[in-house]
Amino acid sequence: MSEHKFGFRTRALHAGATPDATTGARAVPIYQTTSFVFDDTNDAANLFALQKYGNIYSRIGNPTVAALEERIASLEGGIGAVATASGMSAEFITFAALVGQGDHIVASAQLYGGTVTQLDVTLRRFGVDTTFVASSDPEEFRKAIRANTKVVYTEVIGNPGGEIADLEGLAAVAHEAGVPLVVDATLATPYLVRPIEYGADIVIHSVTKFLGGHGTTLGGIVVEAGTFDWGNGKFPSMTEPVESYGGIQWWGNFGEYGFLTKLRSEQLRDIGPSLGPQAAFNLLQGVETLPQRIDAHVANARIVAEWLASDPRVSFVTWAGLDGHPHQERAQKYFPLGPGSVFAFGVRPSVECATEAERLAAARATGAKFIESLQLASHLANIGDARTLVIHPGSTTHQQLSPEQLEAAGVPADLIRISVGIEDPEDILWDLDQALTIATGETR
Amino acid sequence: MNAINPAGSSAPNLAAASCEIGAGPAAAPSPAASPEKPVRTWQGPTAPERLGMLRRAKSIAIVGASNNPARASYFVATYLLSSAPYDVYFVNPRAEEILGHKVYASLADLPVVPDIVDVFRRDEDLPEVAREAVEIGAKTLWLQLGSWSEEAAAIAEAGGLDVVMDRCVKIEHARFHGGLHLAGFVTGVISSKRQTVA
Repeated sequence: MSEHKFGFRTRALHAGATPDATTGARAVPIYQTTSFVFDDTNDAANLFALQKYGNIYSRIGNPTVAALEERIASLEGGIGAVATASGMSAEFITFAALVGQGDHIVASAQLYGGTVTQLDVTLRRFGVDTTFVASSDPEEFRKAIRANTKVVYTEVIGNPGGEIADLEGLAAVAHEAGVPLVVDATLATPYLVRPIEYGADIVIHSVTKFLGGHGTTLGGIVVEAGTFDWGNGKFPSMTEPVESYGGIQWWGNFGEYGFLTKLRSEQLRDIGPSLGPQAAFNLLQGVETLPQRIDAHVANARIVAEWLASDPRVSFVTWAGLDGHPHQERAQKYFPLGPGSVFAFGVRPSVECATEAERLAAARATGAKFIESLQLASHLANIGDARTLVIHPGSTTHQQLSPEQLEAAGVPADLIRISVGIEDPEDILWDLDQALTIATGETR
Repeated sequence: MNAINPAGSSAPNLAAASCEIGAGPAAAPSPAASPEKPVRTWQGPTAPERLGMLRRAKSIAIVGASNNPARASYFVATYLLSSAPYDVYFVNPRAEEILGHKVYASLADLPVVPDIVDVFRRDEDLPEVAREAVEIGAKTLWLQLGSWSEEAAAIAEAGGLDVVMDRCVKIEHARFHGGLHLAGFVTGVISSKRQTVA
């Protein structure tokens, strides 16, 4: 039997899921149980000492969840994965494994708001300092690195600005400093880019979004490349004896498997944001059609972005696949199939404004009117559903900010974020057109 | 999960990325190991070939077995005794009993000819172990993760043995029998046949 390389679509359906050993079930069974019986006391002791593989308790691991973990790790080209209850908890257990009081993180400033507050508020309260780098230039990240820096963190596609990270440049900066590059690739999915191929060490997803793909289920995942040298002296928790596991050392005993073994055996054990088996099953159903759905999402995103960019009622469009986007070249390098289907655009207010303040107020009102006038696109705070989703930060997530504060935060008052779904594209365009007409009083 | 050499090992996972059947991460020299490590020219067996060796084997001798629970050989022994169908034998001239089993001073002292000789010894000792494995008529010389000796490989192959180097019997068995998968790791196994668990 020769070795055969299976393709991405095949692995999206099969990786991590051979038929069940006992029943022959072809679909992944839902192991809806908190706990698993031991054969005897010796078996229990070996499992707890990590001397053998097996199931103990679903907070640490569960066979249905394992199928999702191996499948996404395979698609990312990682050595393995640990699934979590949400994307935010995937980030948190990763930081909890890598940093402690007095440590420092260098992160892109173009991050999802929840990630910003996790770093800037929660982790800062725990004594971990984060420097947010406004530029996407790796040189600016290099300047922010300190002796106590333990992580370089970025999103591969910024939300909602569509900035594309220079993964190779950031990996070089991180590795020069002896720290891992951690990438949130939620908006990309492994179908569009596999950050590990460009030097990333850890890839995080909110599986809730395109991987699950149907807006039904929360989940997160941490994938590791298995190539980072955790014995380089900067990560004592990887090399010092672990008392709760009989004096083993994660790096010394488990080598390339060490980081994820620690993440599961310490962070899932101690913090506990596990993914449930039913949720893992729901998410697996989504992953099976990931390639086909993302092809459809990106094709529709291109149609919608180009249509919006050619509309005089629209002030800007941030899809990095468009001519003139500042990161178009990077997008072509890292996203040959297209830079995803989440981006932003502005709805130009049609009223004459004497002052800047009046213009900002009018822009905000026009954005709100546009959102309220949509019939097909759903107004909600998610992305990566099969359906088209929109939100107007100026009247929702950021409504407490003044128009001036909005602009300072890089969120123009008329900014609409769109997650383009896989409906018939002409229906999406029809909906956007009629809402633009109502909001601006002008036809295309 | 597996115990490996204390130097650690950092293998590229390109094989996992390309997902050859039963491949999983390819073993490679550890960056933490000695910097003057010679260039590797020997090509190891494919994943299906490794699986074949594991399927054909009935017995495994662990050479350089340790009674220290934090040592790689102890992890491997615990796993093989609890999760695999093999008769496991221990070889170490400086130990008497490990995990309740008698320890033999040398391969030649074993009451059986083991199918797989799984070696946890320093690189300079490997050619001698290879010669002993040939002398007793073992079928496979298997050098633990981090272990590499092209001289030992040549000796064993000339004696008609299959050779595996820089791989862990526990990881490879667990790759094909569900253990690695349960721990969230990539096995590379794509199959429409029932999972085999032992």
